[in-house]
Amino acid sequence: MSKHIPAASLAAYTAGDPALDDTAVWTIEVHLENCGDCRAQLAEAAPPALTALLDDVQVMIDRGVRTGPEPVRRRAWRHFAHRWAMWDLVPWLVTIGVAVAAAFFLDRTFPQRPSLVLLLAPIAPLAGMAAAWSRRRDPGWEIVAGTARAGLELMLRRTTVILALVLPPLALAGWRLGMSPALWLLPALTFTAATLLLGGRFGVVRAAATLGGAWFLAVVTPAVITADIPALIEPASAPGWAVAAVAGTVLAVWRAGDHRHTNPR
Amino acid sequence: MVRMVSATELRPSTNAWPIEADRLSVKAGKHLAVDGLDLKLGVGVHGLLGPNGAGKTTLMRALSTVERPSGGRLRLLGEDATDGRALRALRARLGYLPQHFGFYPRFTVREYVEYVAWLREMPKADIPEAVQRVIDRVGLADRADSRLRTLSGGMLRRVGVAQAIVNSPDVLLLDEPTVGLDPEQRVEFRTLLRDLGTDSCVLVSTHLVEDVVAACSDVVMVNLGKLVWQGVPAELIALGEQGGVGDSPAERGYSTILASHRSAA
Repeated sequence: MSKHIPAASLAAYTAGDPALDDTAVWTIEVHLENCGDCRAQLAEAAPPALTALLDDVQVMIDRGVRTGPEPVRRRAWRHFAHRWAMWDLVPWLVTIGVAVAAAFFLDRTFPQRPSLVLLLAPIAPLAGMAAAWSRRRDPGWEIVAGTARAGLELMLRRTTVILALVLPPLALAGWRLGMSPALWLLPALTFTAATLLLGGRFGVVRAAATLGGAWFLAVVTPAVITADIPALIEPASAPGWAVAAVAGTVLAVWRAGDHRHTNPR
Repeated sequence: MVRMVSATELRPSTNAWPIEADRLSVKAGKHLAVDGLDLKLGVGVHGLLGPNGAGKTTLMRALSTVERPSGGRLRLLGEDATDGRALRALRARLGYLPQHFGFYPRFTVREYVEYVAWLREMPKADIPEAVQRVIDRVGLADRADSRLRTLSGGMLRRVGVAQAIVNSPDVLLLDEPTVGLDPEQRVEFRTLLRDLGTDSCVLVSTHLVEDVVAACSDVVMVNLGKLVWQGVPAELIALGEQGGVGDSPAERGYSTILASHRSAA
């Protein structure tokens, strides 16, 4: 705006002249909001009583800021944990850790028997996934399930956390036993992807229970009873697991939209 | 800057009814708890009344998109609530307090409400202010940094209300919000309800007929999963003038409607 407020109008406005109608006041105020020069003029025109009042207010605000309550301290770590971790993370994590450690020591003691670490690897993430999605275990499921981030996003976050916590103990055990990472990593990823894929249709808990149960009955039990090393955990089956892991992940990502509807059961 | 009214603020809403159910059926387990319910609710506070087992909680779960309808049509804010793609944006505009308000005992009040605000995809910059506002609103400002496990039942209920309204939802669903509140808090809560009902659609499920009469602009009665009656509280009281069982006119009106529905069924 090139034109400034005439000095006479500004004086009338400052004095609260009743002759100024609403339209004129509005015009002046719109101009003042946009024009620094006119605001400066207005400030100069202010009577001493008003300036004193404004100073008092400033002092009171400053005092309030100094003596008022402290801003809430942000606890970054807790904040991060709330966004990523799920309810009740610790108990099942301890269970998995203990199971992997036990399997490791049994493997060290009986190297000629089928490796328990390899038999455990595919189903290790499933317990965590089942726990993370359980209606019975998560007290807040009903609130969480109806929110925008429920389903797809929380599923991906929780799966990431579970894999980040389950894979290191397996890696440690596998490294100490001198096993190829493909033999424990690929089955673990395949079963995780399969749980997500089936979980989108039937619920994650049901999918995890079915897959874990099937692996336990079909592979783990015969191997433990007969002491024959199952073909599925032989090094020769690694290419098969690689194909399964890639296919499973692709399918799980392709069907990720199913999780929008699925509610934890 | 001159504040401009943006086009989105002036845009007329394209849906006449924030909640629109057409022959809606919802299962609770194997039992059909909501059976062919027709319901249209506009802006305002609606009281949902009905005897135990009438399907109120299952209806609330379906409206909050936690439970998927098994039949019929459900439109929320003009969007099809069974369409997976629309669901995420829709859920960000819903608020829900379940009957069993499950909470995480180690969270503080502020952390919990912040967490739910995040789950509902509020813009990150708006969250701290909105959280403080709703905590003030439900009268828990002095307990904002207490852990949830240290709060009493009535306080927890108020935390539940705070998390439901933190995102200023367009559709707010409260399942028995007055349980555990003392008489004074109930009166304050009714004021809050009337405020919220001025520009959003609030559905309150309750057993207490006097709450509905005091705070609701509209009464919805369900029995055996079907809509029995819909009208304003004054009509319910007028029905009670003619007889029926109960201590107040509204209670007599309630029992009259229920009795006539039962004899017709």
